[in-house]
Amino acid sequence: MLPDIDRLGPELVLMVSGGLIILADLALREGMPAPRRGALLAYGSLAGIVGSIAWAVSLILRDREGTAFHGSLVVDNFSLFFVFLFLGVAILVILASIDYGQRFGRYQGEYYALILLATSGMMLLAGGRDLIAIFVALELTAISQYVMAALLKDTRSSEAGLKYLLLGAISTAVLLYGMAFLFGLSGTTKLIAPPGEPSIAATVAAADASLRGALVLSMVLVAAGLAFKTAVVPFQMWVPDVYEGSPTPVAAFLSVASKAAGFAVVLRIFYDGLSAPFISSDWSNLFAAVAAISMTVGNVIALTQTNIKRLLGYSSIAQAGNIMVGIAAISAANGNFALGAGGVVFFLGTYAFTNLGAFIAVIAISSRLGSDVIADYAGMGQRSPLLALALALCLISLTGIPPTAGFVAKVYIFNTAVQSDLVWLVIVAVLNSVVAAYYYLRVVGQMYLVPPPQEERVPVSWSLGVSLGAAALGVLIIGLVPTPLISAAERAVNVFS
Amino acid sequence: MLSFIVFLPLLGALAIALLPRDEEGRARELAASVTLAVFLASLILFSLFDRSEGGFQFTEQFRWIRASEAGFDIHYFLGVDGLSVVMLILATFLFVLAVFVSWGIDVRPKEYFAWMLILETGVLGVFTSLDLVLFFLFWEVELVPMYMLISIWGTGRKVYSAMKFVLYTISGSALMLAGILILGFAAGTFNMVALAQMEITEALIPLPAVFFLIFAAFAIKLPVFPLHTWLPDAHTDAPTAVSVILAGILLKMGGYGMIRLCVSILPDVAHDYAVWLTAFAAVNVVYGAIVTMRQTDLKRLIAYSSISHMGYVLLGIFALGQVSMTGATLQMFTHGTITGLLFVMVGLVYDRAHTRDISVLSGLAPRMPVIATGFVIAGLASLGLPTMSGFVSELLVFLGSVKSYTIPTLFAVAGILLTAGYILWMLERVFFGPPNPRWADLTDATTWWERLPMVGLVASILAIGIYPATLVPVIEAGITPIVARLG
Repeated sequence: MLPDIDRLGPELVLMVSGGLIILADLALREGMPAPRRGALLAYGSLAGIVGSIAWAVSLILRDREGTAFHGSLVVDNFSLFFVFLFLGVAILVILASIDYGQRFGRYQGEYYALILLATSGMMLLAGGRDLIAIFVALELTAISQYVMAALLKDTRSSEAGLKYLLLGAISTAVLLYGMAFLFGLSGTTKLIAPPGEPSIAATVAAADASLRGALVLSMVLVAAGLAFKTAVVPFQMWVPDVYEGSPTPVAAFLSVASKAAGFAVVLRIFYDGLSAPFISSDWSNLFAAVAAISMTVGNVIALTQTNIKRLLGYSSIAQAGNIMVGIAAISAANGNFALGAGGVVFFLGTYAFTNLGAFIAVIAISSRLGSDVIADYAGMGQRSPLLALALALCLISLTGIPPTAGFVAKVYIFNTAVQSDLVWLVIVAVLNSVVAAYYYLRVVGQMYLVPPPQEERVPVSWSLGVSLGAAALGVLIIGLVPTPLISAAERAVNVFS
Repeated sequence: MLSFIVFLPLLGALAIALLPRDEEGRARELAASVTLAVFLASLILFSLFDRSEGGFQFTEQFRWIRASEAGFDIHYFLGVDGLSVVMLILATFLFVLAVFVSWGIDVRPKEYFAWMLILETGVLGVFTSLDLVLFFLFWEVELVPMYMLISIWGTGRKVYSAMKFVLYTISGSALMLAGILILGFAAGTFNMVALAQMEITEALIPLPAVFFLIFAAFAIKLPVFPLHTWLPDAHTDAPTAVSVILAGILLKMGGYGMIRLCVSILPDVAHDYAVWLTAFAAVNVVYGAIVTMRQTDLKRLIAYSSISHMGYVLLGIFALGQVSMTGATLQMFTHGTITGLLFVMVGLVYDRAHTRDISVLSGLAPRMPVIATGFVIAGLASLGLPTMSGFVSELLVFLGSVKSYTIPTLFAVAGILLTAGYILWMLERVFFGPPNPRWADLTDATTWWERLPMVGLVASILAIGIYPATLVPVIEAGITPIVARLG
């Protein structure tokens, strides 16, 4: 039992800190001005995250990789990669929230606690190897996020929260339906188990062609449920509204962490559970089609956006399409499952830095301007050179222009598709990158070409500066020296082979 | 050595970006010293270059990206052969002059010179990369600096033109990326030296499709009719120095890429489709020349004449002979200097008259004898007058291509006549018509920074025209191994 709890340590630390944050919030409510209280709570959450990181590092140092709770959770390179990714994202988001958090009024404590809870849920997701564990973790994440989206308590934010909740509930039902099929087919909820014990992987591997229809059906349902999390077409409807209405740090968190968590589960279920050769070509085709449609729809609609948060929303749909390219790139033919998965995990790592950087810059700019309209970004290059430079760098990275992380990620993931003989998908993807260049560069142009309406400088607080600097540096460093992150991603997905 | 040349401009750009706000004026001096240092370094490189030896020299190589699972092995691999060293000299030379041409920039000078130096790093990287992915990386570096340079410091519909340039370029490079990845997967390496020695027989898609995916990027850049429509807009609306770089260097990246990637790596496909491509070259020459005739804007006129002259490059390359390809490469060099000079002169005229409308400009020669002289020399060089460099390169192209591709060559030679027509007609109208009283108080080019680029370019045009052997043996050293593979 104790080793099991030990392996759950990083998540437990976060959950406990979340509880402590709420208690501290209660205790501090009397006699402390809100800004100070908010900052203190933020530091407290950061301390919790640092504790969680320390525990995760100690797991590695003590060589404690392995399964926990009868194989329903696992600590392996894959889950550890995502543990660090989510914790890093949470740090940056919390740093970027310290100023913004004032708008939550008396709910600052709840906000930080929810971030910690959602993060712990995502970490569990990455380590889940049992459908029930995965489902519970997914709900922990999702419910925290529904509340976070509505936390501003104004019309837009409430609408965002409600919309997210309703669509989320439907998608969860679909996912559950698919999971029920898998359970019915295999008699177990375990994705993978030691030889001799029943598991979904074993059932699928032993299944004959007569089960194919049922397997494909359950696969489609599970994929549809998860597509909501990863925000790919046709389950993307919520994205622009929720991004626009919810607090910007929450949108940042959703666009990066929630998406990564969704893809982590997709990889886990489809690689660990459903990777039998006789159906994997089906899901390869399914994902390839979804990828092509997603990037096209996202990019084309993004062209006409005038609000930066909506623009980033559609861009995140398009980027999800790019990631899907990696999911589709299953070179089942030569058995190299790690190929596409490595691309996905690496892309998610670079995307975390890039998109977080863009959102943090938007937080910094919008909170000063009081506007998310792209036209108001005019002259930002003069009003706040470093801020504009960081945002431009992130947008260039999203476009996939060197020397940024996005460039390497784009080349890498398209290369996995070439190696899997998906030439048509690569052509669709590269042509889409042309469309994307137009709207990303238009924002850059707005900041540098259009003269500012007023000369007043746009200052940046230290916490926003630190988080933005970290994200932008990450974008640049990964762009120049990508090999360490690539190796980490490949080690992470090697657990599937 | 090569890394120093390629990345020194980038360091310069960083230094300029870090200049304090009240010392903005220093930016141009810093940019001038950096580009001069890079030019000198590349001259030293040129003098150390061993002409007797084919193959790549001054190579530098280390592993940059390694993805063992994905079979993805990308090297930082630089080197030059006779072809790239000539392009390197051209680029570093024109960047020095471009900085002097920009001496009068007073709008946001720090950003201007920083972008220009970043652009130089990208361009030099293209000419020296020997790994496909690295080549592609440098190829894309150019995008953002060019977008900024045209759309901030340009004139007219600058934002439109800048975006058009970016979208055309990025469409080409998107297709090239697909082509490169397919090629690299088929060959199992991205190493361009290895690829150029390998017999690639099949890929995921038919080899001609791979060829044209990659060719598309270069055809847009060169440009090849009908993909040329970005060029007149970008040229016309760009600031003078950027037009010089665009015409002088960026177009050459297209021709260079065709030789280095398309012909070297897929010689058989190049051979199979040479008939079509030379036909396109003839269309380029004649169509470009005819459209040039109709232009009323000086800059647009030169822009269209570039399209026509790039047809010679296309013809020379895909005539696939030793002489023709040497001529094409030399033509890239000479067109870079000649058109550079033409744009410099147009810039000087525009700075004074604030118009480029040929029908309004008239009788300028008495008012500005120095500018008129420079313009006339540039014009004569452009129409291929003997003793000027354009003559040598065009002659080599025609000599090399006339035997195997007679009809396209005849059309291209006819282009020379058209060129003489539009150049002389333009010179006559602008400089030698009846003096227009509106231009009575215009002054000549008097400052050193206006005259220096002019003198430098004229000197290089004459030097190569009179003694082409400074470059030709070097180019041949680079072309010979490529032609040898064509069988």
